[in-house]
Amino acid sequence: MQFMLLFSRQGKLRLQKWYVPLCDKEKKKITRELVQTVLARKPKMCSFLEWRDLKIVYKRYASLYFCCAIEDQDNELITLEIIHRYVELLDKYFGSVCELDIIFNFEKAYFILDEFLLGGEAQETSKKNVLKAIEQADLLQEVRSLATA
Amino acid sequence: MSDVVEKTLTALPGLFESQTGAAKITNRLRQLIKSITELTSKHEEENLIKRELSAIKEQVSSPNTTMKQMREIMVRAMYCEMLGYDASFTYIHAIKLAQQGGVLEKRVGYLAVSLFLNEGHELLLLLVNTVLKDLQSTNLIEVCMALTVVAQVFPKDMIPAVLPLVEDKLSHPKEIIRRKAVLALYKFYLIAPNQVQHIHAKFCKALSDKDPGVMASSLHIYLQLIRESPDSYKDLTGSFVTILKQVLGGKLPVDFNYHSVPAPWLQIQLLRILSLLGKEDQSTSELMYEVLDESLRRAEMNHNITYAILYECVKAVYTIHPKAELLEKAARCIGNFVLSPKINLKYLGLKALTYVVQHDAKLALQHQMTIIECLDHSDFTIKRETLELLFRITNAQNVTVIVEKMLDFLCYVPIKTLTFAPDNSWFIQTMNDVFSIGGDLLQQDVPNNFLRLLAEGKPEEDDQLRLYAVESYLTVLKGHTSHLPQCFLQVMSWVLGEYAHLQESVDRREVIRLLTQLLDQRSVSSETRVWILSALTKIPEGQTDLILDLAESLSSSQDTVLRQQAQELRHLSQDSQLREWVLVENSCAVDSSLSFLDGFVSEALAAGAAPYKPPHQRQEELSLNLEPYSFSLPVSLSSCSITDRQSPTLLSVSSGLSGNSAELSTLILEGVKRVWGKDGYLPQKEATAPPVDEPSAAVQPASQQEAAERIEPRPEPSTQNQDKQQLASSLFVGLGVGSSVSLLGKSEAPPPRFRKKPRPHESSSSSGTSKRSSDSSSHSSRNTTDSFLYGSFPEEEPATSISTFDHTPKSTTANGLSQNKDTKEDRHANTSQILGGDMVIVRPSTIQDKHPPSVSSDLTALLPADLKDLPHSDVISLTSDPSLSLSSCRLFRDEALLLVIFISNCTETVIKDVAVQLTCEELKVCTGNVMDCLEARSTSVCHYALLMDDPHTNVSLTGTVSYQTQPGHTNTLPFSGTLSTADFIRPLVVTTEEYGKLWLSLSHDVKQNLKLLTDAGDPLRTTLNALKDALQLHVVDIIGSEGIVACRLLSGAPCLLHCRVNGAALAMWLRSPHPALPDFILYHCQRALAHH
Repeated sequence: MQFMLLFSRQGKLRLQKWYVPLCDKEKKKITRELVQTVLARKPKMCSFLEWRDLKIVYKRYASLYFCCAIEDQDNELITLEIIHRYVELLDKYFGSVCELDIIFNFEKAYFILDEFLLGGEAQETSKKNVLKAIEQADLLQEVRSLATA
Repeated sequence: MSDVVEKTLTALPGLFESQTGAAKITNRLRQLIKSITELTSKHEEENLIKRELSAIKEQVSSPNTTMKQMREIMVRAMYCEMLGYDASFTYIHAIKLAQQGGVLEKRVGYLAVSLFLNEGHELLLLLVNTVLKDLQSTNLIEVCMALTVVAQVFPKDMIPAVLPLVEDKLSHPKEIIRRKAVLALYKFYLIAPNQVQHIHAKFCKALSDKDPGVMASSLHIYLQLIRESPDSYKDLTGSFVTILKQVLGGKLPVDFNYHSVPAPWLQIQLLRILSLLGKEDQSTSELMYEVLDESLRRAEMNHNITYAILYECVKAVYTIHPKAELLEKAARCIGNFVLSPKINLKYLGLKALTYVVQHDAKLALQHQMTIIECLDHSDFTIKRETLELLFRITNAQNVTVIVEKMLDFLCYVPIKTLTFAPDNSWFIQTMNDVFSIGGDLLQQDVPNNFLRLLAEGKPEEDDQLRLYAVESYLTVLKGHTSHLPQCFLQVMSWVLGEYAHLQESVDRREVIRLLTQLLDQRSVSSETRVWILSALTKIPEGQTDLILDLAESLSSSQDTVLRQQAQELRHLSQDSQLREWVLVENSCAVDSSLSFLDGFVSEALAAGAAPYKPPHQRQEELSLNLEPYSFSLPVSLSSCSITDRQSPTLLSVSSGLSGNSAELSTLILEGVKRVWGKDGYLPQKEATAPPVDEPSAAVQPASQQEAAERIEPRPEPSTQNQDKQQLASSLFVGLGVGSSVSLLGKSEAPPPRFRKKPRPHESSSSSGTSKRSSDSSSHSSRNTTDSFLYGSFPEEEPATSISTFDHTPKSTTANGLSQNKDTKEDRHANTSQILGGDMVIVRPSTIQDKHPPSVSSDLTALLPADLKDLPHSDVISLTSDPSLSLSSCRLFRDEALLLVIFISNCTETVIKDVAVQLTCEELKVCTGNVMDCLEARSTSVCHYALLMDDPHTNVSLTGTVSYQTQPGHTNTLPFSGTLSTADFIRPLVVTTEEYGKLWLSLSHDVKQNLKLLTDAGDPLRTTLNALKDALQLHVVDIIGSEGIVACRLLSGAPCLLHCRVNGAALAMWLRSPHPALPDFILYHCQRALAHH
């Protein structure tokens, strides 16, 4: 996977994860173009589109679009399921996740993503294991904040 | 849904009061986010972020800021960066935070680093020490964080520094650490393969790790390694196969299931690896056949994830050394994708097809109608993938059609995407490409739309675009221009003429020079020259000398239009006043109300002219039928309709043929050739009926009713569908041998609203076209119902001098049965025939009455005893003349179809030397039967055993009977008929077990959804029974919503049918060793159900 973007129906970026080194200018350009292109697509259209030499796989969950860029030889359907699994993870972690959870706790969303995907590849596909890792780190945080409080 | 978000946002303060604990949000961030959502303009947002960033800046540089505060600041900085603002001054603080903070701060610090910094960023060097320290930490979380950041951003040069530590982690007791270490090494391998070459042995250990997560992670590395050199890893094939088997066998912990599919990601990785290993390597491929087969078999559940696996599996099967059985299964799976109503699956199906047609182009044939539909899909992604597919199946025969489609697409894209054009230069450049590549093949509306876009824009906004265009065109014209298509030259000259003045820096003389240069080129068409001259007319002001030169040189041109323009040009350039008057700059007031015509209109009204009516009002009042009358009305109809036509309905029916109005579906002249269409005369390709038919018809009095009987619905698909099929046949030409016809037939929609006729022998009257013409028969014969032989119509009888005098109109009704069947005596006169038929002459004791049904029943009574018990069809008339009448009946024998022909002598005298000659191209040529004589009023029976080796939808039979009424005077009577494959199908009696075995051994299959008959209690049973009755199938078993049915082609190839109730449809899956048989059987099933 080359990058993952989360943006709202209004085109506001909510999360961005780049697995390939790109300069900021390029990132901004890509984001702008993609947000525009994906938002312009009609609901009945398929979740894939060819864009430059990449494949874009996107899916809308409520008001939020999840959008991944993969290479041509990659499997579009499994990418769609990666998105879904990520949503499942967010859902489990936040407890029926909504866009606001991601807006206000975006760093948490990043932590979860980093446990799930690493370097653009699926790291751990077991939901239980991912959440266990996150909870352990969180627990530490809790303990620390309790100790310092 | 976003309304909900907005609402919730307004209720935020309350929401956060209640939020505590883990999801606690720092105050400042909360405020920041909240105030940003309240803003209305981008400008306000910019100001707010600016203030925020300067506040952050102040805070980070203050020595009093604690790490805890720093953590909160960093989150805010990340937020600002995400909104697109530069917070680069915080980068160094992110690194510091990761370096100095506790675990809590480190986590945020590392996250910020991985978000802020690229691999190449120099600040990353400062991170190396921190990472080294954390990798050696005893705190697992710190090690995890360090590994995570290493696997995301790490400077290439510093890999050696951390490599030993990361390597050590491969044997860490905690699986999460091992997993992350493997992925970090994968990352290292990607950015610096040489650095990690020595640790391949350790990868191997990771592959055999007891934790599935670690093992799965190691596959990323292996996939990469094997992609680069498959040969070095062949020995691992066995291990990968074993792992895949274990995964498929559910040996992994349930945690790894995803929607109850075991570890799909792992499966896909393994399938990819296997396909790389088995590519062009038979012995390695053989190791994986079994597991691939199992993988294909397991993926049954209807969920995206199984399709993802299936797709990968299909690709693997087609990549490795081929195995026929697997290829077939995989090809069938593609059907599930392509035919899926889910658009994502359809896309993947197209992608899979694109991949597999490179191995077997014929696979595209099965899905040609879907492909055609996808070609016109509204979604560009689908359309593009379809074109990709077409590109792969391009061959010498279909290249023109495919290239045309691609150009259509090319022409369509730029105009459609205008609104998305990211910037002007890109747009102009793309259009330049389109014009120069697409050239004159582009539809005229492409340049037109483009020019309109340029012209209609607002001056301020679009001047930029025009400027780009002018600039880019000048560059183009300075290069080689001789190869440029005319339409591009025209566009360029128009734009230069209109907008060259916008570009201050451009020398007008230069523009004139470039345009004049074009005029000198021989390749430039005279039309383009006109465009160029018009452009030149618009440009000059003060460049009179150049223009005069040009006008001078053109005034001797042979082209009158050019001469004229040159003259105009000269006058205009000499007379500036005239010029100003003619070429008004940028102002053209249009009086859209046409008020200047008011005087003329009132004058005309006063003179009695009708007031103007808009076109749509005019249409309603229009009573004239503007449709052309069909020339193809049967002669009998037109001759009779002069006298006893009650209403013009019939005529309007014939004219309606060309249109597609609603009445058409119920009233269509079957058998009448379509001569006129909306666009006028349609060239006839069908073979026409023998000319002798028409005159004889003309002399026969025919009633209107009779003519009406010939009006048959034409159950052809709509014209649109036909277009598609036509397109299909041109696109897929050359892919398969002789199978395209049947495929087209298969995909054809069942006939809409078939008009049932009350007559028992409707079929025999259903077609007026000559079945002898083989190319029309394949189509028109579908219109007919379940009879196999069509009697020739009276019109088709050869007109003999005596043919009409003793025929009442009644006796020449459409079914053509001669009713003078009274038989008195018979004489046996058996003769030879090839297929073992024999001839018996029987003498019925009763006098037959004149009604066709009883005729048939009586005739069947004439059958020889050994044939009487066989199932048989109705007797239908083949042909008749005053002396002889021929009828026939089909008998379904197990090993052959018996065609029984009854020859009746209708006269009171003996008819001699009666010889029947029967021929059929597709079956076997049968030589004639000769009888010495046929006694007066007797009927003789001869029968033929017909075998069908290769299935055809329908086969046509032709034959003649010759006889002598007087010595030396031979009469011949031709007849013809059609047999369908259905007549050659016999039930195949097998047990469920045998069926199962047979099923697996069969190779060719077809799937299709059929209509389910729901009128009775058990839809499946009803449907299967209907099929059984119509097609002589054997229903092997019905289990729940599934039924298995078997049949065979006479004693030859079997065909197994697997039927499953699928909602309101019957999903039918046919298999046979014969490639075309399933298609034909399916076709007949469709027909049988449609007519039920």
